[in-house]
Amino acid sequence: MSDFTSGFWSAYVAVITVVSILACAVLLWMNSRAATATGEVKPHVWDETLQEYNHPLPRWWMGLFWITIVFALVFLALYPGLGSNRGMFGWTEVNQYEEEIAQAKAKYDPIFNKFLQQDVKAVAANSEARQMGERLFLTYCAQCHGSDARGAKGFPNLANDDWQWGGEPAPIEQTIAEGRMGVMPPHVQLGAEAIKDLANYVRSLSGLPGDSLRAERGKQSFQTAGCIACHGPEAKGNFAMGAPNLTDKVWLYGSSEQTIIETITKGRQNRMPAHKEFLGDAKVHLLAAYVYGLSHGAAN
Amino acid sequence: MAEQTKHDIIESNVGLLILLIVLVVSVGGLVEIVPLFFQKSTTEPVAGLKPYDAVQVVGRDIYVREGCYNCHSQMIRPFRAETERYGHYSVAGEFVYDHPFQWGSKRTGPDLARVGGRYSDEWHRIHLLNPRDVVPESNMPAFYWLDRPADASEIEAKMRALNLVTFKVDGKPPYSDADIAGARKALEGKTELDALVAYLQGMGTAIKTAR
Ligand code: HEC
Ligand code: HEC
Ligand code: HEC
Repeated sequence: MSDFTSGFWSAYVAVITVVSILACAVLLWMNSRAATATGEVKPHVWDETLQEYNHPLPRWWMGLFWITIVFALVFLALYPGLGSNRGMFGWTEVNQYEEEIAQAKAKYDPIFNKFLQQDVKAVAANSEARQMGERLFLTYCAQCHGSDARGAKGFPNLANDDWQWGGEPAPIEQTIAEGRMGVMPPHVQLGAEAIKDLANYVRSLSGLPGDSLRAERGKQSFQTAGCIACHGPEAKGNFAMGAPNLTDKVWLYGSSEQTIIETITKGRQNRMPAHKEFLGDAKVHLLAAYVYGLSHGAAN
Repeated sequence: MAEQTKHDIIESNVGLLILLIVLVVSVGGLVEIVPLFFQKSTTEPVAGLKPYDAVQVVGRDIYVREGCYNCHSQMIRPFRAETERYGHYSVAGEFVYDHPFQWGSKRTGPDLARVGGRYSDEWHRIHLLNPRDVVPESNMPAFYWLDRPADASEIEAKMRALNLVTFKVDGKPPYSDADIAGARKALEGKTELDALVAYLQGMGTAIKTAR
C-alpha cells in the first residue's frame, strides 16, 4: 500500500523492519561466537541444589534461524513489505484477483455468451444450460423461492404455470433483471363486515366452501371497492400490476378465511430484488430460461 | 564458576529484561499497526459510505448482542469464488464507521458484507423470526424475540462515543449535534427487528456489486 499520509511512514516501516531483522542476525552471530562449552554450569542456584547447564544452541537450530533470516530478506526483495516498496515481482492482491477473473472470463464467457445469443425457449430446452441455471438458482434465488422453486408464504411458486407478472420469456427475464414490487393496498376502511364478505367471495372463486350470502354481497363490493382496478372484473389478475389471479386455486399468502381477511385488511407487499447489476445479462438470461423451463416441460 | 556473560547480565537484571522484552514485542505492532492510522485507505471512507443512522446503530448493537458474528463474516476476500457469490471484495475504507468491526472469522452461514438490498425487508423479518419459514434447510437459530421495542435509552451516549473513536471526515465527526438530538425521535416506535433489518439493508451498499 502506498497511500500513506506522508512519505515518512514508508521509511518508518522499512527501517524498523530491516533493523529488526539485522538485529536478529547480530544476536545469532554473537550467540554462535559466545564461548559456551558443553558441560559448563551456570552460577545461579535454586531450591538449594538446583543448577542448570549452559549448552550452546544446537547447530541445526541455529541453521533454522539463519534460514528464516535469509527467507525474510529474499521475500522482502521480491514482494511488497518494505513500506511502499512494491518488490521485484510487482505483485499485488488486486492484480492476482484480476488475473484470476480474466482467466475465468476467457474460459466461461464463451459458454455464457453462446446461450445469451439464443432465445429463452431454445436455452430452456438445452440440458447443459438447464444445469447451469439450476446451480445459479440454488445460489441466488433459493433463499426466497425455495430450492425446489416452489416458494413459501409470500414468495411465489415458480414451478407452476401461474404468474403474477407474466410467464412468457420476456416478462420473466424482466422480472429477474429489474425486480418487481407487488403492492396490495390495505382496505381496512371497508369495515370488518364488508371484508368478511369479500373474503367469502374470493374463496368461492376457487370453489372453497363458505357463506353464499356473504359471497354474493362480496361479489358486489369487489366491483365497487376498487379490487377490479388491479385484479380485473373477473378477478383473473393483471400482469401489469402483479395482481394475482384469484380464481385459480393457487395462493401466495394462503386460502383460509382468516388469511384472506388479513390480506384485504392490512394489505400485502413484497419485493423481488433486481438482479441485473449483480448477475449480469448472461446469467439473468440463463435463469430466465431455467424458470421458464420449470413450468413448460422443457425437460425433454 | 564461569565469569558473568552478557546473557547473565540480562537474566539477573529484571528491569533491563523487561525493557528488552517490550522492545522486541513492540516491533510487530510498530510496523503493522501504527502505520494503519496514517493510511488513507484505512482512515477515509470509500465514496458514498454514510455513517450508521441512529436506527442502524441500535440494529448493529443487536447484531453484536445476538452473536451473529459467530456464524457470519463481513469480509469478502478477493477470490473469484467469493466475489461471484457475494459481490465486490471488501475494502478497508468500507469499515471506517465500524467500531468494533464485525469482520468475523467463521462462516456457518454466508458472508453478510454485501447483503444490503439482496433481500426484501419482508424476507429478513420472516427469516430472522424463523429462518425455516423461508429456507427449510436452514440451521440458523430463530430470533423470535426480536419483535419488541428497541431500546433507545442510551442512543445519545452511543453516538457520542462513536464520534470519539471515529476518524473525522473533512474535519467533522460522523454525528452532528442535530443528529444526536434527533436520534430518540428516529427510534420512536421502532422494534429491534426494524433496527436490525435497517442495519442489514445498509450493508455493503456503498460499493456497487457489479463486476
Ligand atoms: C428477496 C427474496 C427473493 C429473491 C432473492 C428472489 N426472488 Fe423472485 N420473487 C420474490 C418475490 C417476493 C416475488 C413476488 C413479487 C411480487 O409480489 O410482486 C418474486 C417474483 C419472481 C418472479 C415472478 C413470478 C410471477 O408469478 O410472475 C420470478 C420469475 C422470480 N421471482 C424469479 C427469481 C429468480 C430467478 C431469482 C434469482 C435470481 C429470484 N427470483 C430471487 C422474491 C425473491
Ligand atoms: C393496487 C392494486 C390492488 C388492489 C386495488 C387490490 N389488490 Fe389484491 N393484490 C394486489 C397485488 C399486487 C397482490 C399480490 C401481493 C404481493 O405480491 O405480495 C394482491 C394480492 C391479493 C390477495 C392474495 C392472493 C393470494 O394468492 O394469497 C387477495 C386475496 C387479494 N389481493 C384480494 C383483493 C381484494 C378483495 C381487493 C379489493 C378489496 C384487492 N385485492 C385490491 C393488488 C391489488
Ligand atoms: C448458528 C449459526 C448462525 C447464527 C448465530 C446466525 N446465523 Fe444467519 N445464517 C446461518 C446459516 C446457516 C444461514 C444460511 C441458511 C439461511 O439462509 O437461513 C444464514 C443466513 C443468514 C442470512 C441470509 C444471507 C444470505 O446471503 O443468504 C442473513 C441475512 C442472516 N443469516 C442474518 C443473521 C443475523 C442478523 C444473525 C444474528 C441475529 C444471524 N444470522 C445469526 C447461520 C447463523
